[in-house]
Amino acid sequence: MKVELQNLTKIFPSRNKKSNEEVVAVNDFTLQIPDGKLVGLLGPSGCGKSTTLYMISGLQKPSGGKIFFGEDDVTELTAENRGVGLVFQNYALYPHLTVKQNILFPLQNLKGEYKLSKQQMLDRAYEAARLVQIDELMDRKPSELSGGQQQRVAIARALVKMPKVLLLDEPLSNLDARLRLQTREEIRRIQKETGITTIFVTHDQEEAMSISDMIVVMKLGVVQQVGKPQDVYDDPTNLFVAKFLGTPPINVFEGRVENGTVYIGDDAVMQVSGVEDQLVTVAIRPEGFIPEDNGPLCCNLVSLEVMGRDVSVVSKHAAAVSPIIRSIINSDAKIDTSAECVRYSLKPNKIFLFGKEDEKRIYFEVK
Amino acid sequence: MVESKHQWKAWLYLSPAIVLLLIFTVWPIINTLRMAFLEGYSTMGAVGGITYNFGIGNFKQVLQYKDFISCLTNTMLLCVLTVPLSTILALLIAVCLNAIKPLQRFLQTVFFLPYVTNSIAIGMVFAAMFNMVGSAFGGENEIIITAGIINNVIEFFGGERVNWINSGSSYLANITVMVIYIVWNALPFKILILLGGLQSINKQYYDAAKVDGTSRVRVFTKITVPLLSPMLAYVVITGFIGGFKEYSSIVGIFGDDMGPTGDPRRLNTMVGFIYDSLANHQGRASAAALILFCIIFVVTMINLYVSKKKTHY
Repeated sequence: MKVELQNLTKIFPSRNKKSNEEVVAVNDFTLQIPDGKLVGLLGPSGCGKSTTLYMISGLQKPSGGKIFFGEDDVTELTAENRGVGLVFQNYALYPHLTVKQNILFPLQNLKGEYKLSKQQMLDRAYEAARLVQIDELMDRKPSELSGGQQQRVAIARALVKMPKVLLLDEPLSNLDARLRLQTREEIRRIQKETGITTIFVTHDQEEAMSISDMIVVMKLGVVQQVGKPQDVYDDPTNLFVAKFLGTPPINVFEGRVENGTVYIGDDAVMQVSGVEDQLVTVAIRPEGFIPEDNGPLCCNLVSLEVMGRDVSVVSKHAAAVSPIIRSIINSDAKIDTSAECVRYSLKPNKIFLFGKEDEKRIYFEVK
Repeated sequence: MVESKHQWKAWLYLSPAIVLLLIFTVWPIINTLRMAFLEGYSTMGAVGGITYNFGIGNFKQVLQYKDFISCLTNTMLLCVLTVPLSTILALLIAVCLNAIKPLQRFLQTVFFLPYVTNSIAIGMVFAAMFNMVGSAFGGENEIIITAGIINNVIEFFGGERVNWINSGSSYLANITVMVIYIVWNALPFKILILLGGLQSINKQYYDAAKVDGTSRVRVFTKITVPLLSPMLAYVVITGFIGGFKEYSSIVGIFGDDMGPTGDPRRLNTMVGFIYDSLANHQGRASAAALILFCIIFVVTMINLYVSKKKTHY
């Protein structure tokens, strides 16, 4: 099912009667999600991503805008009539029911022509359970399950009624690091197998990048950028998106463009064309540094962190916005730790220029 | 573990509570046991130097007493009628209260008022409400019957006056009044507990149910009630214990005759029986108190057993 959001807006009235400050949680959100895709809504906490999810589910009413499932306008439909499956952040499994009863619950709600016989319900429940690989735990109570297993039960419960759209609210946030890796693959697999259009919310960019067909980066209720994870990473539209994606995070410097030369501090790092002289913010991905004896950028070495395949070089630069800059280089490269500074040349496609004031991307051509 | 040389300090700090408990709780319990098994025991007699034989005479006497059986029946009847009724009503009111936003605080206070009002005072108001025969005013042959508000309402809707609690009233009418009074009086505490329970249920269960299209009835029976079951069990158990100790409510309405004029003791309860015996037959009163204790104990055990099976903690 294709999902379309048109100018979706959510405004929460102020809690305090004295101040009339409204909170605009989601502001003019327009997005088209093609059928059968896995989409990650990504942003720091408070950016309106969960509110968007709850508006799609029908649990919250939008203040403005429309929501379409396929060709149908579902904006006015209540949650139960939308046919969505929702997995809550802390799963919301009914604690007094067994796994089987939990998964059966949505099916037992069906009425009229959709009503299923007991055997049909059981078949569907076991089918869903097998899909998430919990069919051996059907008689346990949720309290007797691990976090990862509870997560699977919650997904099975959402899938069992064959929803048009599957919504996941921070699906991995309650799992430990190891389980998180495993579960995100699992979500990817389940989504591929069922082909259900899936939207999930996360604040973890790595999580979103790794499994999504498409990511939506949000900030303060406003969509910043939409696209394939790699495209957004390689081509951020503004400084926020550039900073938000990538681990280790992008390195940000104060810089300027003068006569077609990009300066970081006093180091002339690159010749560009098509950019007027101005103060800019220069952002360089950690993998954009190449150690070179006569490279243009000189950074004071702080430490080396060896990670086997790669080496992470921690250094300082006077013009850097953050206290340290971190570059990832191949472990074959030799770094002279006794030298006063490490010299780098830079990969042009890993350098982004942003306006000093509006933080918008300044595109340039390398000379 | 506290070092032994400091243990005396612990005992010192505990001593006020221990001494009070010993005097006012432990000793009376032991003394009740002793008196119950001394046949025909009375304090006056004991002071007068009479020695009593050890035996179960008091218990035999209590059980053979005609009054005791009617006290037991009244108590049981009131318990069985009021506990389920008040629990169900309290549950419905609590669910409704929880569902509304405006005036919730105000209504909560209103529903809680009976709890902070003296039960004898409430009883007197109830007696006035259910009253029928007022005093005779006017001339010699002219008796003006004044009726309480309940009978006035019944008459307003075209019914006939009912003699609820006055001389010549039926046992059924008496019990009806008592049930209404006790249920009304028991509601606030139960509503408070259940409302607290409701508010502690995670709202996400309801959101999840909503997304799955669960009907209201199913939400209530499959989610609310099971998740509220620990509170329900608590309310039922304390309700039964309170019910078996019913006494002051009857005094409130019928006075310490424990029955309508002309038929005293008709509505007497177990605790009433104990009080009555206390004046001259302390042995018998102690025996009755022990019997009451055993009944409450057994009923509570049954309650706990049932709730353990049905309750989700």
